[in-house]
Amino acid sequence: MDGENEKITHLRFFGIPKILPHLKPYLGAMLFMMLFAAGGSLIDIVFPKFQEYAINHYIADETLDTLVPFVILYVALLALQVAMNFTASYLGIRTEMIVGRDLKKKAFDHLQTLSFSYFNRNSVGYVHARVMSDTGRIGSLVSWYLLDCIWNGAYMIGAVVVMFRTNWRLTLLVLAVIPVVTAVVGFMQKKLTDANRRIRELNSRITGSFNEGITGARTVKTLVAEERMEKEFRSESGEMKRVSVMESRFRGALWTSLTVASYIALALVLKLGGDLTREQVMTVGTLSLFMSYSMGIMHPIRWIVNSISQLIMVQVNIERLTGLLETESDVSDSPEVVEKYGDMFHPKRENWEELRGDIEFDDVTFHYPDGEETILEHFNLKVPHGTNVAIVGETGAGKSTLVNLVCRFFEPTEGRILIDGRDARERSQLWLHANIGYVLQTPHLFSGTIRDNLRYGAPDASDKEIMEALRTVSADGIVERSEKGLDTEVGEGGDLLSTGEKQLLSFARAILCDPKILVLDEATSSVDTFTERLIQQAIGKVIEGRTSFMIAHRLSTVRNADVILVVKGGRIVESGTHRELLALRGYYHSLWSRQYEAEATEAAFKQFGKTEA
Amino acid sequence: MEEKKKTNPKANIRLMFSFLDGAGHFFVLCILSSLLASLCELVCPKIISFTVDSVLGGMETNLPPFVERLVSAAGGTASIRAHLWIVAAAVLVLALFMGIFKYGESVFNRKGSETLVETVRNRLFSHLERLPAAWYTKHQTGDIIQRCTSDVETVKTFLSEQLTSILSTVLLIVLSLFFMYTVSIPLATVALVSIPVIVAYSAVFHGKIGERFLYCDETEGKLSAIAQENLTGVRVVRAFGREIYEVDKFTKQNDLFADAWIKLGRLMSMFWCMGDMISGLQQMIVMVYGTVLAVRGTLSVGALIAAVSYNAMLIWPVRELGRTVSEMSKAGISIGRIGDIMQAEEERDAPDAVDCDPAGGIEFRDVTFSYDGQTDVLKHVSFRVNKGETLGIIGMTGSGKSTLAQLLCRLWELPEEGGTITVGGVDIRKIKLASLRRSVGIVLQEPFLFSRDLEDNIGIGFERPAAHEPEIMEAARAASLDETVEGFADGWHTMVGERGVTLSGGQTQRVAIARLLTANPAVMIFDDSLSAVDSETDAKIRRALYEKTEDATVILISHRIQTLMAADHILVLADGEIVEEGDHAALLARNGIYRRIYDIQTGVDVDGEGGEA
Repeated sequence: MDGENEKITHLRFFGIPKILPHLKPYLGAMLFMMLFAAGGSLIDIVFPKFQEYAINHYIADETLDTLVPFVILYVALLALQVAMNFTASYLGIRTEMIVGRDLKKKAFDHLQTLSFSYFNRNSVGYVHARVMSDTGRIGSLVSWYLLDCIWNGAYMIGAVVVMFRTNWRLTLLVLAVIPVVTAVVGFMQKKLTDANRRIRELNSRITGSFNEGITGARTVKTLVAEERMEKEFRSESGEMKRVSVMESRFRGALWTSLTVASYIALALVLKLGGDLTREQVMTVGTLSLFMSYSMGIMHPIRWIVNSISQLIMVQVNIERLTGLLETESDVSDSPEVVEKYGDMFHPKRENWEELRGDIEFDDVTFHYPDGEETILEHFNLKVPHGTNVAIVGETGAGKSTLVNLVCRFFEPTEGRILIDGRDARERSQLWLHANIGYVLQTPHLFSGTIRDNLRYGAPDASDKEIMEALRTVSADGIVERSEKGLDTEVGEGGDLLSTGEKQLLSFARAILCDPKILVLDEATSSVDTFTERLIQQAIGKVIEGRTSFMIAHRLSTVRNADVILVVKGGRIVESGTHRELLALRGYYHSLWSRQYEAEATEAAFKQFGKTEA
Repeated sequence: MEEKKKTNPKANIRLMFSFLDGAGHFFVLCILSSLLASLCELVCPKIISFTVDSVLGGMETNLPPFVERLVSAAGGTASIRAHLWIVAAAVLVLALFMGIFKYGESVFNRKGSETLVETVRNRLFSHLERLPAAWYTKHQTGDIIQRCTSDVETVKTFLSEQLTSILSTVLLIVLSLFFMYTVSIPLATVALVSIPVIVAYSAVFHGKIGERFLYCDETEGKLSAIAQENLTGVRVVRAFGREIYEVDKFTKQNDLFADAWIKLGRLMSMFWCMGDMISGLQQMIVMVYGTVLAVRGTLSVGALIAAVSYNAMLIWPVRELGRTVSEMSKAGISIGRIGDIMQAEEERDAPDAVDCDPAGGIEFRDVTFSYDGQTDVLKHVSFRVNKGETLGIIGMTGSGKSTLAQLLCRLWELPEEGGTITVGGVDIRKIKLASLRRSVGIVLQEPFLFSRDLEDNIGIGFERPAAHEPEIMEAARAASLDETVEGFADGWHTMVGERGVTLSGGQTQRVAIARLLTANPAVMIFDDSLSAVDSETDAKIRRALYEKTEDATVILISHRIQTLMAADHILVLADGEIVEEGDHAALLARNGIYRRIYDIQTGVDVDGEGGEA
């Protein structure tokens, strides 16, 4: 379901103590929900009594004397039951949604305070499932599954009590069937749960195979492997059928055993109760009453067992969600800092100092919280304001580390990062972030209009300021080309725009908030040469007068940087200006030659094409 | 939409019937089982009313002749009265049969539906594997997968649940009514009159609620998207310090989402409770009316009990019927969407197709090709490669190199007027596809790895890769893959692809090369297959390739001269045309574009000061 392996966890008391503190505000509503459900269910016990009365009184005595109050009472009880059931189920949906909603909010809010190490450890899909599906499943557990237990449990208890009071010996005999039924149902339920888990697994495997068959179709053709792929698919497909049919066998067996159990109870009553009736110890009406109760108490077992199996399954969701809520951020502001600068949700902007943009790595040693390898060791680097720092290296070499430290997405393991001469930890994270502009290599826009997106870092920017920022990075064309101008929707993740357009808009977004520190993660994806040139020009304009860190893939763009840091295997192996680095004839030199060669070849062809034409 | 016009309703109905192949009889058995189970369930109240009236109440029996004979065989009512276990046993036997039939109903239904889904799934998959590459470029993977999974599911639900359940529900209702008529005509008439009311109520409601469900799903989708965007854009959120804004956005949608569901839940609770009320009243009317009849002496007590149970049995299926009717869903649309795929034309061999004989070399004669019918990607290309020769092709991105390679293995079909390509003197349009592709192997520019282990990926052309380990290892060595693999904990059994380790571009290319070498076709095409490999490994692989491919005809495509210079003949491709050709020495001597690229790539000038890249 979440694309992750489903497993069963065992917590103390089914994890109820863990989740209970989060349920406190709703306990009152839940109590009412249970009371109304029990009430509605108990009324069901009374209805067969009407029939008993009708048979024993009207028919036996051949009279219709109390028929009017009889009908009125029936209708009144029915109305009362319907009202109670309505209230219970309304409270049920309300509890489900409100518990889910508040847990979602708690999880989401908490995620906003967590540091990057959490997001590096856990995939987006995993975290998303915690926010969206764990919360929902906990919500259903404390509403619908609880209601199922109460509705069915109350009926069983009520029916048994009435039966006991009528004839306890006969009742005991009927009850003897229950433990056997419960054991059988429990066994079948377990098998069903297992089979269903397997079905979900196979289902995602089959979807995966279709995906592979489609995206790999060309490769399959070139290898003439159609028949082999097909054979494998058929075996998966057949397995799916086998497991599904097996599931239906358990399901069928479950219903069959419940049905047979009901009729065993009925047969018992028919024989033993019949004997009593024959001997005039029991009336015919009571016999019919007994028959309906003893058949009625078997099916509720199914729903109670089902609720219990849900409780067992939801434990893993409880564990994962509370795990998320209990995770503490490794980057947090000290109480004194919060006192002065405010926290994440209540910033005290009036106390914020102006940021100039001098950055210094002072004897910094660093390794990622989840990694062993030390990436920086006693690293020192002074970046006076206005300096342009470029970081280069192959994909996956760890170019983001420095940027992560400057942005305080991670704290140094040892040493300090000084911002304007003071330890970064002396000011709040939000203060620092308010002064940083960030352009991602895969530009990330949010769904909404172009205006919404540009205002992301500067909520108060006017349309005039927005247009100016767009002009600075030559992105005004995008707005002018679209019919709705700034009101153009960009789609989810900005997908209605091209990569190049997204890139330019994210530049405009970054400079709109006039940051003192700018971080640029250059795009690797190929954009057409025209856009490429626009982006290059935009970069040149936005880094002017700002302290900037540029993670570059295309070396031709960093030739003019004040310092180039060359990263390999996570470590900084060379540093200096372009000229100095080339003179070293080391790693930078080899990177440069390769890229130069590829770019020059393309350029030569292009030129050739022009002269031919 | 062009697609829609093509959909042919008659063809779709035929398609649906063809899906029932091998599954139809299971559905018939399912309905039959359901019918028999219902019969058992309906006979049971008869036994009870017989017991209460005739056995215990001493009334005249009113039974069909054959049952009468059964009763007298058991010694008549008096004897049964003394031995009530006989009735109990009859109930039990009946229950047992009912259980068996119910089990059969569940299993037969699933067997039918799973057989159906399996057939459709397998047919779709095998059809997809045989669709031409051109078809894939016109359809999105996600959409195809959806058609193969959820649309198939919809059709299954329609045939196995809705259609079957309507048939068996209607049968159950008819039977119940019939039985009710045998005990009391007036009571049965009351029940009959109430059925349309309840069905209509249920159908109208469910029809109405459908739209609200859509709205609720939409709010959930939006909420989920906000969470997703926040998580994927976590860097942007943090760097701009916009946590508060994100929390507000999420909270707003979260509230909308919860409210929408609570409103829908309230409506549904209301509906269910009103339904309970209506059926409760209906049951009361039957009971009171029956009591009145009994008091008047026109109905026995046993018959009253039986009529009430028949009525209770009737009410649930009637309520369900309304729901099913309103949900009789978009099966037609889904069938159409599946039909679109099934009706697309598969790749086919010409009737007089022959096997491929690669010994005679390859020839392109005046080949012109265009993907969209407007821009020609290849223009009048002619060349010849003899058996055992190596052809090099160099050109910039988009020059038509890959197109040329893919035309040769017929991933794209060359139109009649586009010239001819021959292998061994035979037009490839007249060669059996499988035979052609077995003789002409290719490493695609963006190779695809299957979700399985490395050994399996390389040996995918074999029935059982494990049996060909020596060949696989040898090919892997030639592709310089052995060292990389030693670095993996699971070695050759490391899982790759979507569910395994992500390999780098260079590693993926090398796996694909090993795959081709293992298949060892007579003609091997390497389409820019070493572009992501570093120069050292590149040289090593090339040396190994020359040894391994001594007897093979080889086509090498690259933008690096080093890769091609040893080829017997080199084509320089620009904008779909051959602009220069000859061997390395001859091309250098020509002093044209090839020469220029050679100069650039042998690194005369790399310090970048002079270059304008």
